[in-house]
Amino acid sequence: MVIEPPTYLLHWRSRVYSIIGLIVLLVIIVILAVTIGSVHIPFSATIGILFSRLPWVDMSPTWTGTLETIIFDIRLPRVILAGLVGSALATAGATYQGLFRNPLADPYLIGVAQGAALGAVIGFMLPPAWHSIGFGIIPLLAFCGAVVSTAVVYNLARVGKTLPATTLILAGVAISALLASIVSYLVISSGEKIHGIMFWLMGSLSLSQWSDVIVTLPYVILGVTIILLYARPLNLAQLDEDQAQQLGINVERLKLVLMAAATLITAAAVSFVGIIGFVGIIVPHAVRLIWGVDHRFLLPLSVLTGAVFLILADMIARTVMAPTEIPIGVITAICGAPFFLYLLRRRRKLIF
Amino acid sequence: MIKIEAQDVCLSYNRKIVLSGLTFQLRPGEMVGLIGPNGCGKSTVIRALSHTIVPYSGKIFLDRQDITRLPRPDLARLLAVVPQMPLLPSAFTAFEIVLMGRNPHLGLFQYEKQKDLTIAWQAMGKTGTQPLAKRRVGELSGGEIQSLLIARALAQETKAILLDEPTANLDIGRQSEVLDLIKALCREDNLTVLAALHDLNLAAQYCDRLILINNGQIYAEGTPGEVITADTVAAVYGAESCVYKHPANGLPCVLLSADISRNNSDRRKNLEDTR
Repeated sequence: MVIEPPTYLLHWRSRVYSIIGLIVLLVIIVILAVTIGSVHIPFSATIGILFSRLPWVDMSPTWTGTLETIIFDIRLPRVILAGLVGSALATAGATYQGLFRNPLADPYLIGVAQGAALGAVIGFMLPPAWHSIGFGIIPLLAFCGAVVSTAVVYNLARVGKTLPATTLILAGVAISALLASIVSYLVISSGEKIHGIMFWLMGSLSLSQWSDVIVTLPYVILGVTIILLYARPLNLAQLDEDQAQQLGINVERLKLVLMAAATLITAAAVSFVGIIGFVGIIVPHAVRLIWGVDHRFLLPLSVLTGAVFLILADMIARTVMAPTEIPIGVITAICGAPFFLYLLRRRRKLIF
Repeated sequence: MIKIEAQDVCLSYNRKIVLSGLTFQLRPGEMVGLIGPNGCGKSTVIRALSHTIVPYSGKIFLDRQDITRLPRPDLARLLAVVPQMPLLPSAFTAFEIVLMGRNPHLGLFQYEKQKDLTIAWQAMGKTGTQPLAKRRVGELSGGEIQSLLIARALAQETKAILLDEPTANLDIGRQSEVLDLIKALCREDNLTVLAALHDLNLAAQYCDRLILINNGQIYAEGTPGEVITADTVAAVYGAESCVYKHPANGLPCVLLSADISRNNSDRRKNLEDTR
């Protein structure tokens, strides 16, 4: 009998290299995304502008102040917000898919999207006086709507002290349908505001500012950190609940913590940019196809891949038909679906 | 070394009592078999003993501690369960599944260390599953999965193991391998073992004591010779049989007698009456 296990069994090394590689890729993509846009900026200028802001770099500017404004106040917050939203949606999607052992789960599974939509639409319908408070009433109401609707779904689905996954999903579908009908009614009766509402509902990053990034960042960091800490218990949740409990997992607490964290980051993500579909379902699957099902790697790799994917999608959305912007949801679906199908056909292996 | 004690336990599903008045003890170093007809509640007893379901009434103690008050990781360090044909995520490798047995020994912020990998690997060695380590669970046969689940329970390093039909998918050679291993662990490491078995002959050969459940109650309890008789087999299972003594060790062996004089509808009615 061999006493020591062969070291290759867990593929830890190659997966750690993948994480490092993706971090490098993310940095490159960020630089690329702030360079490319309707105003032409030389690549060297972008590098110079970005690096001159680092505290230990001393550089005399060879570029105009306008370029610096475009990069710093227009493109960079947008790119960072895209990255945050992509990370949040991909991580939340991976969490829900793992928690409910359901490959069709996405971040909007339990009513977050329609709750946020209702909140946002109400925000749009409020008289203009309301819109002058602080950083914006629409993200605030969207966030509240998302959290409240998820809480309602959670409480409706609870049976005694337990939370059966099927009941939860069904309650989520029912509440989403109910909220969607209210949203549709409000949209139709919204008059001239319909354009802004539709733009929000389809998702857009065009109004991103630094203040959005600053508000979203703490939620995403907190939620993602919690989820990453629970990666090993999430692996055990892939077994049935009996086995997970017999292996020392408090399944009900695991569900509550992970759902709260995933809801938090999803709500924070959709509040400013609207409902961007497809990221939360496709990124985790792509990661699973490439790197496997172990959540200790699936989750961090989803965080990074989600950011890369959404930054690229947003870059395409604002450049291909410039100056007209394509809704980012259209891009995520058009780019994501074929890529996903390609992965599905190429690697016919067990992925879930 | 740990003693498991059930005191007047009633178990229910959806407020319907399925088992009542269960009182028994499981002691270290003793291998106990749980037998009874299909659907009599053998798995339910195992679920209750591992705090997967909570008794309707009565209490279960692990060394005088009420198991419903033990935190789950603590319980999982004392007691492991080998479930019957459970759901396993098909994309995980066999080694990853066995390594999950180390979970109760790790805190939230810890990852498996070399020591945990070694323990899991040795558990696979004991159950002969090392050659499967890299294979995905979805590609394994029922028998291989059974051995893997036993390896996972061993990786848990507990003082008690509950097994639900551990030989259900195994051929006769693997049956004896698995039960020999469990019996050896029970004797050498003084483990407390409860195995739900439906094969009366295996139960008689390997167990020191048998608990026979029928109609929601303990019907008989004692040594295999005391519990397995032609009368109990007829009364509990509704099957005509001869019970012989094994030529090598004198333990009871059940041989089914085909009763061709009785017509089939009679036989079915008889079976329904006894359930």
